[in-house]
Amino acid sequence: MSVVLASAADPSLVKQVFNFDDYGALLSLERNSVIAGAVLGLVCGLISAFVMMRDLPFAVHGISELSFAGAAAALLAGVSVVEGSLLGSLVAALIIGLMGVRARDRNAIIGVLMPFGLGLGVLFLALYHGRATDKFGLLIGQVASIDSPELSWLIGISVVVVAALLVMWRPLTFASLDADVAAARGVPVRLLSPVFMVVLGMVVAMSVQIVGALLVLSIVCTPAAAAYRVTASPVRAAVLSVLFATTATVGGILLALGSLLPITPYITSVSFAIYVVCRVIERMRGRTRPVKVAARVPAPVGAGVHT
Amino acid sequence: MAGTPVLELVDCELRFGSRTLWQGLTLDVRPGEFVAVLGANGSGKTTLLRAVLGLQPLSGGQVLIDGAPPRRGSPLVGYIPQERRLAPPTPLRARDLVQLGVDGARWGTGLRSTARWQLVDDALASVDAGHIAERPVHLLSGGEQQRVRIAQSLVNDPRLLLCDEPLLSLDLNHQRGVVSLIDARRRSHGTAVIFVTHEINPVLPYVDRVLYLADGRFRTGTVDEVMTSATLSALYDAPVEVLRIGGRVVVAGVPYTPAAETHDPPADEVAV
Repeated sequence: MSVVLASAADPSLVKQVFNFDDYGALLSLERNSVIAGAVLGLVCGLISAFVMMRDLPFAVHGISELSFAGAAAALLAGVSVVEGSLLGSLVAALIIGLMGVRARDRNAIIGVLMPFGLGLGVLFLALYHGRATDKFGLLIGQVASIDSPELSWLIGISVVVVAALLVMWRPLTFASLDADVAAARGVPVRLLSPVFMVVLGMVVAMSVQIVGALLVLSIVCTPAAAAYRVTASPVRAAVLSVLFATTATVGGILLALGSLLPITPYITSVSFAIYVVCRVIERMRGRTRPVKVAARVPAPVGAGVHT
Repeated sequence: MAGTPVLELVDCELRFGSRTLWQGLTLDVRPGEFVAVLGANGSGKTTLLRAVLGLQPLSGGQVLIDGAPPRRGSPLVGYIPQERRLAPPTPLRARDLVQLGVDGARWGTGLRSTARWQLVDDALASVDAGHIAERPVHLLSGGEQQRVRIAQSLVNDPRLLLCDEPLLSLDLNHQRGVVSLIDARRRSHGTAVIFVTHEINPVLPYVDRVLYLADGRFRTGTVDEVMTSATLSALYDAPVEVLRIGGRVVVAGVPYTPAAETHDPPADEVAV
């Protein structure tokens, strides 16, 4: 909207937001970012499906703030930021996973942890006298600056996460959607919860590196939330979620390439646009669906009704 | 009834702290038998089911399923929970719910095992739910959802079916539909049924025996033996009237104690 308005008044602003000069050269320079975006999209799309099933968006936000604190502490101490954020994430994920079994407890614990983590992060950053972009990057993302060691980290964590999710797929789905019967059928429901949180912690830590602590939800919550609007099949939902997340990350990076602005707003905007489109599709289908449903509702319940 | 017992409870005992919910509970359940478990909230009905499922040890005694101790996730035991609404949008169709019943406890994605599709279709057809297979579970009515639950619990052809208040919050018509499906199954396949309920009337035509838990005691027997003024008065140690009105059993005067409330659980209910 603002882009459209601005285009009438100031063509240079559009040029700032969308600039595709020397695109080929830039693309080869930013190869690492595009690969990182694609990997992140795959992993976040997959875990997003479970985050939504288990009603954990708030937990994701809480973990990302502690991940930020860990990264800020690492920055101050002069050690690897990736390791710092991973440590912060895992601590938060374990606390939430072990203490917050019930939704109400969990939300309270997250509400308590989150500002504490953010506060610690602010403190560490205030004490740090390095480059300002490093500080800001932790909060709003720094995908453009990803280097090869970081990319290796990212890919390594992704392999672990994807493997873990594929192994846990069925029991985790069962435990997430139908916990009582899952327990009755022998699924280790109580064990899966902290294990999933650890995996989630890893994903959040790597997302913080790319899109920043404040914006992790745009690739860990939005993709599956969008997918669930257009399909009720768990497999299709997971596939769509991966597709949406990858479109948001890679698409956002490609759109942002020529401009000097941070990449994150492009990723979050693409992600949000996909969600809006999915809701519109759902609404349009909804207009035709009630006819079918209405025809089915009066159908006799059980031919063998005992009277 | 003939046949070796599917389920044996031998001198079972359940205590919470100093409070004994029951002791000396011995019961054999044979193939095809329909046993209703009645009693107030907090009388240990759900704990009994959890013990049979291998999820919780009892304070004493022994549980045997087909002669062996209970094992978590045993294919011999099916389970139907209370009806519970899923929050929309949940990515789960009726067929997915049944499919979880087939192999949801196994590791891996299971995307390549196509053999289970036929099992799922057959199970849904057997409860007359084939036409709702593709519908999201959160859009199903309570009655439809419970029929899908029956398909989920029976898809592995268990020898023993545990039902934990499956009729709760269903209207009368749907209650009949659900119970008659369960009854048909035990007659055709010899599946033994343990049916936990706080309301006996919907299952009255089918019940072979009743296990009534109350006030730290219990009684087992046929409906005519257990659901009488004399038996329940003795069980509760208070005057309880049992009336038969038009084929229904009406129990009046069950004393109000934390362990003897039949509808809303009291605040200090024992967690089971």
